[in-house]
Amino acid sequence: MDERIIIAGFGGQGVMAIGQMLTYAGMIEGRKVSWLPSYGPEMRGGTANCNVIISDKPVGSPLVEEATSVIVLNKPSLDKFEGNVVKGGNLFINTSLIDRKSTRDDINVYYIPANDIATELGNPKVTNMVMLGAYLEVTKVVSIESIYEAFGKVFGETKMHLLPINKEAIERGAKLAREQIKVEA
Amino acid sequence: MSKVLMKGNEAVGAAAIAAGCRYFFGYPITPQSEVPEYLSRELPKVGGVFVQAESEVAAINMVYGAAGAGGRVLTSSSSPGIALKQEGISYLAGAELPCVIVDMMRGGPGLGSIQPSQTDYFLATRGGGNGDYRLLVLAPSDVQELVDLIMLGFDLADEYRSPVMVLGDGMIGQMMEPVEFKEDLKREAPEKPWATTGTKGQRKPNIINSLYLEAELLEEHNIHLQEKYAKMREKEVRVETYNIENADLVFAAYGTTARIVKTAISKLEEEGYKVGLIRPITLFPYPYDTFKNINPNCKGVLTVEMNAGQMIDDVKIAVEGKIPTYFYGRTGGMVPGPAEIADKAREILGGVR
Repeated sequence: MDERIIIAGFGGQGVMAIGQMLTYAGMIEGRKVSWLPSYGPEMRGGTANCNVIISDKPVGSPLVEEATSVIVLNKPSLDKFEGNVVKGGNLFINTSLIDRKSTRDDINVYYIPANDIATELGNPKVTNMVMLGAYLEVTKVVSIESIYEAFGKVFGETKMHLLPINKEAIERGAKLAREQIKVEA
Repeated sequence: MSKVLMKGNEAVGAAAIAAGCRYFFGYPITPQSEVPEYLSRELPKVGGVFVQAESEVAAINMVYGAAGAGGRVLTSSSSPGIALKQEGISYLAGAELPCVIVDMMRGGPGLGSIQPSQTDYFLATRGGGNGDYRLLVLAPSDVQELVDLIMLGFDLADEYRSPVMVLGDGMIGQMMEPVEFKEDLKREAPEKPWATTGTKGQRKPNIINSLYLEAELLEEHNIHLQEKYAKMREKEVRVETYNIENADLVFAAYGTTARIVKTAISKLEEEGYKVGLIRPITLFPYPYDTFKNINPNCKGVLTVEMNAGQMIDDVKIAVEGKIPTYFYGRTGGMVPGPAEIADKAREILGGVR
């Protein structure tokens, strides 16, 4: 396995957090992992992204140029990182905030109305979890159990009462992705 | 102990505490502010002292005081802040005071940027302050090595009675990787009979000083310092090498840049190129002798740095003009990617595979 992921969106959308959850879950499963944030002079509403590597081999460059998967939560992120997906890789688009389709025809694209689903669930803060659920369903990079374990590590044990709604968001994202996975003939 | 996922900057703090460090004096600056943030929270829990000084100059002089009194002391900053500390660092070297100084380098000159760089190589290895002094300079490439070198750094500082600089960059400070704190590495600071701890009427006062008004005495002191640096050169060189005996092109890189080079090496090897790597872990003392083991028919040594070419001076000293040297670097906080590094290597190698 050599999964190289870029997760990008507005600051405050939780892109760093789901990146950390993936990294933690990868570590729990014994993989080599790294998490590298962008740390420009950013603020809420600005852009933020992180690079995650989950691999069987020691991590060389923690910087992801050729991504096996890209998850974008806003339009500037799609414009910036669409070109970084490797041929045959995956692109996850938050259609609630992004009104255009991908222009790539050599990758797998998944359209997820993440904000809408999160609002439906009653908590807009779980938008990132909907995207994470879709990503996990398609790539199966780490198990869902490891992700739930990572939740406590990233958010702290005091936030465990929020796990159910986050689980629900992850499951909704997974279901939407499942419906879009192309069946290979 | 099991592995935990930690940010490089937090790992600096955790490693310092594990190494028995109980004093931190610093002033916040991006991209290392998580070091003081972490230690302001954690040091008091172990009976330690955390002071956010009014400036970098104040902080380094507090380091001088605490180190003189025999404490294990840490300070950390990033390039412009480290520049401000140079006077104090020279005094620490002159007065032979052990301490660890962390520099998470960012783009320069001046206030520069907050993004990763390696522009302080000259400052760290040639002495940014006045006088004929050297620092032991350690350059970690991943967060685990950062932890190990911080812990080693405290021991080396005490052993040589010398300031030790750990030279990282914004990338290693900000990134998260799994780290393990090896229990058996936990240690107490050694006895320091030279420290100013109070005579209790039992002995003559110890004096911590770097002023010698008589030239004969100062020369004597300098000869002593140089003997110490010679011993470091003999005993403390640390380096990682890969395939240098067979390579047609050898990379030289340190810190996070070296790991990006490793990814470039994997790419080049898949294409059939024979390439190697010299990764200095100590920048002073520099692993000059390692370059003697390079394949003599090698087409060149390609130094890659996040600056306009600083370590390449040491590479040129090391190869003694026998192997062509090349350079690839990015500046201003731009991080070179594996693809552009591989491009530069292909350009030098031509068709040789």
